[in-house]
Amino acid sequence: MKTEETQEITCKVNGERITRLVPVRQHLVDFLRMDLQLTGSHIGCEHGVCGACSVRVDGKVVRGCLMLAVQADGQNIVTIEGLTDSGEVADLQAEFVERNALQCGYCTPGQLMTAAELLAEGEISTREEIRTFMSGNYCRCTGYHAIVDAIETTMKRREEASRAPRPAKGKA
Amino acid sequence: MTGTVTPKARLTPHDRPHSYVGRSLSRAGAKRAVAGKGRYTDDITLPRMLHAAFVRSPWAHARIKGIDIAAARKAPGVRVVMTGAEVAKLCTGPWVGTLTCFPTMKSAPQFPLAVERACWHGEPVVMVIADTRALAEDAAELVEIIYEELPVTVDKTTALGPGAVVLHPELGDNLAFEKTIDIGNVDQAFESADLIVEETYDFARHTAVSLEPRVLLADWDAASERLQIWTSSQTPHMIQHVIANTLGIPDHNVRVVAPDVGGSFGLKIHTYGDEIATALAAKVLGRPVKFVADRLESFGSDIHARENLIKARMAFTKAGDITAVDFDVVAGAGAYSQYPRTSVFEANQILNITAGPYKHKHYRAKATVVYLNKVPSSQYRAVGHPIGITVGESLLDLAATKLGIDPLEIRRRNAFPDAAFPTKTASGVKLADMSFTRCFDVLEKSIGYRALRADQAALRKQGVYRGIGLAAFIKGTAPGPNGYYGVGGAPISAQDACTIKLEPNGGIICAVGVTDQGQGVNDVMQQIAASALGVEMAAIRIISGDTDATPYGGGTYASRATAIGGEAVHQAARALRAEVLELAGVLLQAKPETLDLISGKIVDAATGMERLPLREIGRIAHFQVGQFPNTVHPQLSHTRRFRLLDDLYIFTNGIQAAHVEVDMETGFIKHLKHWVVEDCGRVINPQLADEQVRGGCVQGLGGALYEHCVYDENGQLINGTMADYLTPMSTEMPDIVVEHVVTPTSASELGAKGVGESGTGAAPAALMNAVNDALLPFEARVTAQPITPESILIALGRV
Repeated sequence: MKTEETQEITCKVNGERITRLVPVRQHLVDFLRMDLQLTGSHIGCEHGVCGACSVRVDGKVVRGCLMLAVQADGQNIVTIEGLTDSGEVADLQAEFVERNALQCGYCTPGQLMTAAELLAEGEISTREEIRTFMSGNYCRCTGYHAIVDAIETTMKRREEASRAPRPAKGKA
Repeated sequence: MTGTVTPKARLTPHDRPHSYVGRSLSRAGAKRAVAGKGRYTDDITLPRMLHAAFVRSPWAHARIKGIDIAAARKAPGVRVVMTGAEVAKLCTGPWVGTLTCFPTMKSAPQFPLAVERACWHGEPVVMVIADTRALAEDAAELVEIIYEELPVTVDKTTALGPGAVVLHPELGDNLAFEKTIDIGNVDQAFESADLIVEETYDFARHTAVSLEPRVLLADWDAASERLQIWTSSQTPHMIQHVIANTLGIPDHNVRVVAPDVGGSFGLKIHTYGDEIATALAAKVLGRPVKFVADRLESFGSDIHARENLIKARMAFTKAGDITAVDFDVVAGAGAYSQYPRTSVFEANQILNITAGPYKHKHYRAKATVVYLNKVPSSQYRAVGHPIGITVGESLLDLAATKLGIDPLEIRRRNAFPDAAFPTKTASGVKLADMSFTRCFDVLEKSIGYRALRADQAALRKQGVYRGIGLAAFIKGTAPGPNGYYGVGGAPISAQDACTIKLEPNGGIICAVGVTDQGQGVNDVMQQIAASALGVEMAAIRIISGDTDATPYGGGTYASRATAIGGEAVHQAARALRAEVLELAGVLLQAKPETLDLISGKIVDAATGMERLPLREIGRIAHFQVGQFPNTVHPQLSHTRRFRLLDDLYIFTNGIQAAHVEVDMETGFIKHLKHWVVEDCGRVINPQLADEQVRGGCVQGLGGALYEHCVYDENGQLINGTMADYLTPMSTEMPDIVVEHVVTPTSASELGAKGVGESGTGAAPAALMNAVNDALLPFEARVTAQPITPESILIALGRV
């Protein structure tokens, strides 16, 4: 058997420029978890179905298991660790905790990634619309009701804040 | 948390100032998880760690004629390749999944990997250990196995018939277990019945699909001959014993740690050969070895459940009273009875609980469990209940329709009245502290039942077909040692324990045998301990999921953590509190009964005046212990154990309702809303209890609507991906209204019953009744789960 074929990539991960030699067959989540120890992204199906591995690549949420690490060359990647550090969804995270919108927590980083994308649209969605938007992120514990509640509450709070007399801080 | 004032922080008027029971406090684990800082087993990396991959049988039944591992051994990064026979040689012996409380049951011996024969598609046959998982999988592809394919038994209805292939010839036939309950005079009751309803119900095999798959990391320390295991488990002590016993290591030299667990639902209370083989590999190699099941491996090796076919009938008077119940269950177990909990509980539980809420006196039920060339089946969330509850509730609705009685009224008419308890069901299980009448009343109001019925009638005229389905239930929780675990002889504790300690600074360490998989067990234990002791939540640290650090316990299964483990915490905390007040009495020269411990302070019970902070007791009792007279010996550590005494279970009760709309053209079901009213006794944390119910419902609805492990006639599992095996998505699921009626159990001081499974237990019945209610104008019915659009169109005669 020939030795593992590798390729060098350079990308930005959570704001930090990194260069690594990666096996060409390695998918992005294995790279993030194993090489960069960013274990907040999880592997549920490696089939692009469950959404536990959702990460942001160049501003869009993608399935980390359906993308090879070599495809991340030159891209800007944000994982749950980076999303947390930036404070972009601190309100949503606090609401997830407050509403207990998670149990085992395994799907949660993916749920937050996807919800962040919906919230960034800056519009109010109905519960039905939230449910549809979130359908690519499976949860086996909560039954989804609490997740919808947490997103809806955060959405409404942001809307209220944006209509308040003093302008809200930042674009979030 | 967020700094906002919310209703969840409010105390009820009945609470003492330091009571946290009945409050919805947020979970510490949730804060960690939302930041991506959860620590699951696969997140742990050890120096020189190796990885396991398994070659699995591509056949449902095959003789292993030869295995050539030469090429795999030479592959890059490979450290060892072991066949089933080599693994078996290093084990103390095979497992046999039987319990002595089921004297007629039989099972074949099983080793971690297949030895001479593979008996299901996906059974592990060869283990490869390499530097990375990818290299281990590369090498696994080089293993050459010569199989002689054998005929299979995959149909439970013919598994005992003439000509059926017997999976394990030494057992004589494919019968795993048979049991009949025959109470009263069933034949006579049916002969004199005004109405008999009869149907056959078919429940598909499905599985847990925890998003985090099974995972185990093992590390052998040859110097001390100790094995350290990290694994995604609900039952660390049981796994400790199984690994120790199989590998021939004393139990106390195996430490099992369960870090964060990414979903379990009963899946992670069992013994899996690939995990045990991984532990063995660590011992053989003297290096850490990790195994993570991938999704295909999960579908092909995680326990399956629910495969049951039930022919059932129920007898009624004209007035709508149930007079007799009679049914026959055929359950399809897998290739072996799962060690050590067995594969017969589901059928046995169906016998216990079917039509359990009702007063009928004549009851006959027969269970037949047969072996099939499929993944072994065993306990999964709400064992047996989704099946038994569906059968009873569905027949009841069918009779209500025929008799022209409203479904809610026929349940009121037949259910045990609230004053009837304690009592026994016709099947013989004891029911106590229950509240059907109150639950029905709360549900009727909550759902707006009359208005919803009127709405349904109006919409039917417009060609919109909605259905309302009800399902009353009993749910067995918190099993005692006189049922199965205990008298059955398995190494599983039905008792649980807490050790609580006072530290020098007044902090409290509280170690528990029950475990947390995200449902909030640790937080609930903290609330119970803080309340019983009289300290702030922040003063308490809970330790769970570590066999080195916790008292021996059964772990979390069968909705037992709060009911059993919580009572142990309550009792241990009361014991520590009594000692603290004794010691305070000595120091303050006061009688202990004149003192109280409130919010971490010793106070005068009568006046509430502060006398001494708890940390002073801790400091003096640890550092200045000479201040006590020689006759006083501070222990500062108390262990209490708790078990159910004589009863099989603490049964809970309740009722669920589903509201659906069925598209008669496409067969699609839109689940509009779901309601649950249940009685889990004292509610420690209302939010966590509600979320257990909601999540449980959706898991039940998944089985009722989508989930199905599909096997072909050759025993091939043909839908082993999450794209093919469907689980509920958010857009398909409804909002779920949860309410509680509180009747504390008299089995404990705390009064809590189990809450984790009743959602799963009754949701499929409510859903199926709702669908059939929608189909009523077409005189069509469905009796199989999952209820697919196709099955609805078939019922309507449209395809």
